[in-house]
Amino acid sequence: MKIVGLTGNDAVAEAMRQLNPDVCAAYPITPQTELMEKFASFAADGKVKTEIVLAESEHSAMSACIGASCAGGRVMTATSANGLALMWEMLYIAASYRCPIVMGVVNRALSGPINIHCDHSDSMGARDAGWIQLFSENSQEAYDNTIQAIKIAENPDVLLPVMVCLDGFITSHTVERVEVLDDEVVSRFAGEYVPKYSLLRSDRPMTFGPLDFHDYYFEHKRIQFEAMEKAKPVVRDVSERFSKLVGRPFGVLDAHKMEDAEIAVIALGSTAGTARGVVDELREQGKKVGLIKLRVFRPFPIKEIVELARGLKALAVMDRSISFGGLGGPVFGETRSACYGAGVNVPMVNYIYGLGGRDTTFEEIERLYGEMETVAREGKQVDAIRFLNVRE
Amino acid sequence: MKKITQIRWHGRGGQGVKVASFMLAECALEEGKWSQGFPDYGPERRGAPLRGFNRISGERIDLHCPITQPDIVLVVDDSLMRKIDVCAGLGEEGICIINSPCDPSAAREQLKMKGGKVFTVDATKISREVLGRPVPNTAMMGALCKASGVLKLDTVIKEVSKIFEKKYGKAVADKNVEAIRRAYAEVKGE
Repeated sequence: MKIVGLTGNDAVAEAMRQLNPDVCAAYPITPQTELMEKFASFAADGKVKTEIVLAESEHSAMSACIGASCAGGRVMTATSANGLALMWEMLYIAASYRCPIVMGVVNRALSGPINIHCDHSDSMGARDAGWIQLFSENSQEAYDNTIQAIKIAENPDVLLPVMVCLDGFITSHTVERVEVLDDEVVSRFAGEYVPKYSLLRSDRPMTFGPLDFHDYYFEHKRIQFEAMEKAKPVVRDVSERFSKLVGRPFGVLDAHKMEDAEIAVIALGSTAGTARGVVDELREQGKKVGLIKLRVFRPFPIKEIVELARGLKALAVMDRSISFGGLGGPVFGETRSACYGAGVNVPMVNYIYGLGGRDTTFEEIERLYGEMETVAREGKQVDAIRFLNVRE
Repeated sequence: MKKITQIRWHGRGGQGVKVASFMLAECALEEGKWSQGFPDYGPERRGAPLRGFNRISGERIDLHCPITQPDIVLVVDDSLMRKIDVCAGLGEEGICIINSPCDPSAAREQLKMKGGKVFTVDATKISREVLGRPVPNTAMMGALCKASGVLKLDTVIKEVSKIFEKKYGKAVADKNVEAIRRAYAEVKGE
């Protein structure tokens, strides 16, 4: 293990170097560009055996990734925002062909108006495409998640693509302390990908992507649903094994000071880090507050969330994306739905925040906890959706 | 709360603010500390005002937000002092280091700063003379070591030397080390 200063983009590229994919097809887009530049330089310097395909668009990049994955290769790529949007059609195809592709998604607001900064509208928009989604708090976790992602994706019970999300600029362009494992340790952990089915095995001819009408399409979707369910224990198992390897805890979520908490916030990505700082300060003032950092959004950790929400006096759910005309953002919708089904009736508020990279400061999150104190005191469901730090 | 030293840089595109914040983060790691280095990202263009940020701590740093209450402010371009409140959020014990040929007392007057400490160093002149170009970032790192002691001069020299040598060769690295040493020697405070 060595300690180095890496940006989030560097960290994912470093993990990719160690995982040494067979194929990487990509197209540049801010803020993902440096990630791919770094990885392409590894390939150019002969540090990986990866075949890099410079596609003419993200749609083509994902198409090439799918072809390579069906051919039996370990495949990785990365994108952001509108690049991910242009892949839309192919995202669903990658998942339904059961291609264990791992993709770094450097979260950025979708146009328009055009904006290059962080929010989660890109990956949240793709939540129903059938990809597993891991969210990273910092450069370290972007590195850790990328290594775990390959192990999860390539598990024979799962065989689903994984997005490793990291916050654009906030994480992708911040140099931080990162513990990087030795190359051999990563290769041993990840193992070699031996596909059960592949296009290139002439002894076992296969067809990928034939017509699948009303006779079997539905069954295949049902199996895909089961694969995502099976991913739950696999994510847990891989987290535990990685935890032992690095000596740092990993789970589908990180419950911080939740044991006796009365007020909690659910957040994901870099904001969870800032919120942890706020919790530590409020705890020093004797306030019973906690934080639930969601690391895995798909599959959604329903049971774990419900158990933590039980007994709370108020729960705030932070969403860095918006659903127009719906009941709050995607994290809120899932959380409230999970709790309702389990009979957990905690007053819950959805905070939409940070769209288009709007700064989410320590003070703003402190204010949010303050507002939740009022909700807890009144003890009843209030206005469900609030906007943090926006001009009215 | 955990003790974190928070540093904010004010400069203009082309002065090496981003690179300096990245290098400073690496210097802190070299001393076994935890650190972050990140700039503002806007429409990047030469001459446009921009900020850089550093957090340095003996413990893990959780915060991922811009720095609103810095302990140290570095003003790499003194023309910004007329346009923006560079010392916004700087506490009573705060340190402000300005790239300026003026005396610290004159700079303090211009900033209307009451408490804290003000330092000045003519980093642009140093970089012109030593590097042959007005890129004052490394000189400002030297001034920072002297004015704040947040990092050791030896660490900064070693790291900057290593980074520059890898990227631009030994000659450029040596010149930047000289700029750091000169600023360290020439910075004045009150």
